[in-house]
Amino acid sequence: MTVNLRNILMFAAVAAALALVGLVQSWSLSLAIFNLCLISAIMSLGINIQWGYAGLFNVGVMGFVALGGVAGLLISTPPVTAAWQVGGYGIIITLFVAIATILAAIFTIKRMPTGKLQKLIFTGIIVAGYFLARVFFAPAVESIEAVEPAKTGFLGGFGLPILISWIAGGFLAAGIAWVVGKIALGLRADYLAIATLGIAEIIIAVLKNEDWLTRGVKNVSGLPRPVPYEVDLQQTIWFQDWAGYLGATPVEFSSIFVKLCYAALFGAVLVAVLWLSERALNSPWGRLMRAIRDNEVSAEAMGKDVTGRHLQVFILGSAVLGIAGAMLTTLDGQFTPSSYQPLRFTFIIWIMVIVGGSGNNWGAVLGGFVIWFFWIEAEPMGLWLMDLITSGMAEDSGLRRHLLNSAAHMRLMTMGLILLLVLRFSPRGLIPER
Amino acid sequence: MDDIFNAVILLSNFVIVPGMAYGAQLALGALGITLVFGILRFSNIAHGDTMAFGTMATILVTWLLQSWGVSIAPLPTALLALPFGIASTVVLCLVTDRWVYRFFRREKAAPVVFLIASAGVMFVLNGLVRFIIGPNDQRFADGERFIMKARAFKKMTGLSEGLAFKASQALTILTAVIVVIALFWFLNRTRAGKSMRAYSDNEDLALLSGINPERVVLITWTLAAALATIAGVLYGLDKSFKPFTYFQLLLPMFAAAIVGGLGSPVGAIAGGFVIAFSEVTVTYAYRKFIAYVMPGDWAPEGLVQLLSTDYKFAVSFMILVLVLLIRPTGMFGVRSP
Repeated sequence: MTVNLRNILMFAAVAAALALVGLVQSWSLSLAIFNLCLISAIMSLGINIQWGYAGLFNVGVMGFVALGGVAGLLISTPPVTAAWQVGGYGIIITLFVAIATILAAIFTIKRMPTGKLQKLIFTGIIVAGYFLARVFFAPAVESIEAVEPAKTGFLGGFGLPILISWIAGGFLAAGIAWVVGKIALGLRADYLAIATLGIAEIIIAVLKNEDWLTRGVKNVSGLPRPVPYEVDLQQTIWFQDWAGYLGATPVEFSSIFVKLCYAALFGAVLVAVLWLSERALNSPWGRLMRAIRDNEVSAEAMGKDVTGRHLQVFILGSAVLGIAGAMLTTLDGQFTPSSYQPLRFTFIIWIMVIVGGSGNNWGAVLGGFVIWFFWIEAEPMGLWLMDLITSGMAEDSGLRRHLLNSAAHMRLMTMGLILLLVLRFSPRGLIPER
Repeated sequence: MDDIFNAVILLSNFVIVPGMAYGAQLALGALGITLVFGILRFSNIAHGDTMAFGTMATILVTWLLQSWGVSIAPLPTALLALPFGIASTVVLCLVTDRWVYRFFRREKAAPVVFLIASAGVMFVLNGLVRFIIGPNDQRFADGERFIMKARAFKKMTGLSEGLAFKASQALTILTAVIVVIALFWFLNRTRAGKSMRAYSDNEDLALLSGINPERVVLITWTLAAALATIAGVLYGLDKSFKPFTYFQLLLPMFAAAIVGGLGSPVGAIAGGFVIAFSEVTVTYAYRKFIAYVMPGDWAPEGLVQLLSTDYKFAVSFMILVLVLLIRPTGMFGVRSP
């Protein structure tokens, strides 16, 4: 069996599994899983760019995905004029003060002669900037959050089509990645891991607590959609005809139709990212990245700028994560900061890449599909398994109840085991690097 | 004059005492990380969940002892259960090493592969802990709650500010001191400890001198497991036990280890206190303190809090960033970054 045939068969197996879910459970569920598979595949491509091409260990996937999500929120929601009127100036002035402080601080580091005086001025600028910003910031936040707190209480966004946020999310994530990369790259690999772990926690903390920006844990729901609403579809004549022609009720078919629209959008992005990744990997740039990954010392000896290339690839990968994050928020139609969990967003994506085959874009896509499918279907399977194990026990036994309640935690363990087993017995993954 | 005393007591009550206890907990956790890094040469992401596992084992034994009516009041029963917790965590660590890390060690895999493997271990432990004890808060502290109650202190001194000293805080500091002394005695005075340090300094030279690497690794895991369990139980007694909180402790613990210099035990202890005190001082609201210190009745308007407590993780991150920018080897580190 040739390698290519084997790969095609594996993708076909995933398609068959999805079709089986459609037949046994429902097509709507099957498409819901498929849509998230598409997004997962894009995230896993992002990590593959960082890990597979360059060997960078980013444990902050959750943070970059959340940045994409917040872009979705900020681009699509209409601005809250009342909040802008009472606190807009304060926020804008704070922003300027912050930028000026940072620029001044960078200037002292870059231009002043090193010494005690420089350190003193540097600290002085930071402290003064902080307190000056607080003067404008605190009252602005207070008045913004007082504007109809039950409904808004935040500044709102730009009121633009949500599709624009996919690009904006990519840029936002890339910007933060630049800062993190500047600090942590060029040191030991572990330091990047810890730094990304930290920045992700902080991004989530900011999104949860800065109510003036994101409404915090009060969430923002009802984000505008790029696709038609089910209710509107059900009332149009041509749609009813179409549903009748296919032999489905309009309600049922509208849900499937909307999911198909999303699938088309996500699929287009996936194809674009995959095509670009493949082009990049097979270009001189891609060969250089792999050369650096395999032997940093010799690449550096050849005059290659290792840290610079690492920074570049780290930014690119994070941008892809940001795009996927914005897409996820678009699909959910709401922004809920508390839904960002490191296990769900960071480590699952890593398992996708490792299982799929690090360094191979097709592998990353396959991994995204397989692991996401498994992640969703593991819960009913685990429950079923627990039911089977405990079937011999008495109906009211405490152990049985405990086991059934804890079945959900089984999937964390299973995921960990899959990662360890693949790492040990098949480190090259399902579709190995060529 | 009373004002100054009041200000000092206020600060002790809310900053110094909690900072000491938290610092001791972080230091013990960071010691485990730094030892594993020094010997096995990778950053163990699973350390937070190892802590959670050890604490969980201790809690289960504590509950068993409590149900038998065993008690060592005024000390918490958990202390009696601690050896069992340590023993089970040691077994767990040795089993993971045998099944997971030893293979990669023989392969001479890159440190980043170990890092990913430890992420896998973290996943499994996380699931295991939640599976057994559930994801919710568990309280298991019993025995005497306070050594000194705020009201008793007020009555004793006649000041308007009270100083509360929790038993768990005293216990934490005391235990940490004993553990650290024992650890340094072990590292500096015993043959096994010396062989560990030799291996950490220069692997090849140590191997040439006839040091058995597998033995060194075994001792390291035993120490790391014991330290993790002790740190976890002390943190749980002081606050409460929740699996996710223990995962989140990973960041401050790593920050502590890196600030001190990865691989340096002294650095880990210093780093633990640096992180703990920065966190507590930055997130403390100084309003009352300033009111006492300033002459007259003047008090500042706001809370005078530099950073809200929601951002306490940001503090360890900021310090981490500063260290990476200025001195990546840390305060006591020697190995090149």
